[in-house]
Amino acid sequence: MSTSTSPYAPGEHPDEKPPIGQSGLVNWVYTNLFSSPFNIILTLVTAYFLYKILPPMFNWMFFDAVYVADSREHCRELNSGACWGFIGKRIGQFTYGFYPHELRWRVNLTFLLFIVAVLPVLWDNMPKRRLMLWFSALFPFIGFWLLSGGLGLETVETNKWGGFMLTMVIGVTGIAVSLPLGILLALGRQSDLHIIRWVCTGFIEFIRGVPLITLLFVASTMLNYFLPPGSNFDLLLRVLIMVVLFSAAYLAEVVRGGLQAIPKGQVEAADAMGLKYWQSMRLVVLPQALKISIPGIVNTFIGLFKDSTLVVIIGLLDPLGIGRASLSDTKWQGLSTEVYVFIALFFFICCFGMSRYSIYLEKKLHTGHSEE
Amino acid sequence: MSKLTKLAAGAAVAALFAANTSTAGTLDDVKAAGHVKCGISTGVPGFAFTDDGGAWQGFDPAVCKAVAAAIFGDTSKVKYTTTTGKTRFTALASGEVDMLARNTTWTFSRDTDLKLDFVGVNYYDGQGFMIPSELGVESAKDLDGASVCIQTGTTTELNLADFFRTNGISYEAVPIETNDEARTNYVAGRCDVYTTDASGLAATRSSLEDPAAHVLMPEIISKEPLGPLVRHGDSEWADIVRWTLNAMITAEELGVNSGNVDKMATGTDNPEINRLLGSEGDLGAMIGLDKAWAWRAIKMVGNYGEVFEQYIGADTPIGLDRGLNALWTQGGILYSPPFR
Repeated sequence: MSTSTSPYAPGEHPDEKPPIGQSGLVNWVYTNLFSSPFNIILTLVTAYFLYKILPPMFNWMFFDAVYVADSREHCRELNSGACWGFIGKRIGQFTYGFYPHELRWRVNLTFLLFIVAVLPVLWDNMPKRRLMLWFSALFPFIGFWLLSGGLGLETVETNKWGGFMLTMVIGVTGIAVSLPLGILLALGRQSDLHIIRWVCTGFIEFIRGVPLITLLFVASTMLNYFLPPGSNFDLLLRVLIMVVLFSAAYLAEVVRGGLQAIPKGQVEAADAMGLKYWQSMRLVVLPQALKISIPGIVNTFIGLFKDSTLVVIIGLLDPLGIGRASLSDTKWQGLSTEVYVFIALFFFICCFGMSRYSIYLEKKLHTGHSEE
Repeated sequence: MSKLTKLAAGAAVAALFAANTSTAGTLDDVKAAGHVKCGISTGVPGFAFTDDGGAWQGFDPAVCKAVAAAIFGDTSKVKYTTTTGKTRFTALASGEVDMLARNTTWTFSRDTDLKLDFVGVNYYDGQGFMIPSELGVESAKDLDGASVCIQTGTTTELNLADFFRTNGISYEAVPIETNDEARTNYVAGRCDVYTTDASGLAATRSSLEDPAAHVLMPEIISKEPLGPLVRHGDSEWADIVRWTLNAMITAEELGVNSGNVDKMATGTDNPEINRLLGSEGDLGAMIGLDKAWAWRAIKMVGNYGEVFEQYIGADTPIGLDRGLNALWTQGGILYSPPFR
């Protein structure tokens, strides 16, 4: 027996409760909200503003809102809050644009297949991932065929596409195509081959020096004049090309930042092992460079997704455009707040989802280069 | 904004060099495609909007529908392309659309320099002012020092500056981009006055909580004849659009409407009605259509008065008076050349 005063054997000391006043709700409130005079003031001011803002907001959004109505007048008769009946009546338009009613299942199917295709790409523990990735590679063609028709399906021209569907098409295509293109551009900019380097640098600098809206205008108006008369080059396709080029240039710079953070020794080690250029890039440099670039890449994606609303300026009817056309109906005129809140919700869900996924990815790939 | 303006100017310059892209026969192209490609606006209350079913409706799409009815006998054979104020002329000049029906003011430079053809006027508009009636202002000339909500980059901006300068009074411009933004600012009291085309003011007023608390000033400070247009170089196509519009106006003048057109088409005592509806002579052949072209347009879309009342007339929330847009026989200036 030892002479220690401790009643416990070594290593057997249980976790004691913290002293009174050092834990629990009261302590949390005290340390986080009222720990200093400045904090007290901030807390009170914030509480006051929340008190002023939240109850009217919730009343407007939920408690006084009208969920089923036939017109704005009808809404106003029923209650004073938001008129969600408007969104309800037009949800089809907001989702599909002018896509023919009886063919909307094709959009739904494309969306389902999209989820199936994107899962194996995002989640590497998926069962049968290798097989599924083949489907992912094929999906762009299947999706395009389902949406636009041809080969046995009724053709739906792209001027009938609109709403969230259009946003998703622009966003997903932009993201999926611009990432590989951006990586190639970033590698090209670092290349030892002068001409490739000059072309890539010139392209990146040119695109980055021009606002997206200018490129969209070029797509919608100027390109018509460069093409031979009578050739009808689809407007959406032109817009997609511009969006892809634009975001590829930005991605190239983000990826270049990642590439430059990789110590030269890594490339030299790869060389020493006899790896060729593409092998060393694919196996050694890019996995590390892309990992550190994730926040920047996702940032660019989110920006691209939100920028897709700019197409409304050249007359494509994304959700904002649909909202505008719908608000011009005298039955519903004046309900713009509802429309904008609804569209904001959609964008928030998409962008927040992307952001959370990027955090998950960063955590998963965290292999100890930086301390948390 | 200046970037956009420059770009629009650039596009207009490009239009100059490339305006002859139209092919020889638009009508043949339209018939081959099976639809009329019609450029419309992205949404103006009463003039162009989507209904709950997702179809385009309004005073402007009605013109497209009438043309489609005259050619195909089917108002659904229109391919609508939404165009903004910045893309509309290039869309037309490049052949992306066959005709524009979207609140476009007929001006000298658009008709000549941009190489477009306005085929007529379907709405005589003019810039007006709206103010809350509690301000007690009776005339726009008393608006000295007022803050004015004005859409940037439009002719209304220039008209406003001219008007205030001519009358030697000052104003403070509150620049806004869209009608909706203007409405929000106006309601919030960030501007005392909202100025745009009178039809737009009426539409905006109808959407306010208490329309009666706002008045339109008696002054109309500009001429804004709005009408459908086509590109230079195909007069046959221009004729079809022009005379479809004229047929709707003439039909109202002659008392022909979508309800009685079937009866009238069997023959009446009025030779002009007979010529219009094809029971006498063959006017349709002269524009490459059949005898019943105007009958179809009136049957399926209605005469001018019907379309007006349906979308923007006194019984709609917009509640526009016919005013200048009444027939010449009823105190307006709407006047169609005779069908002969």
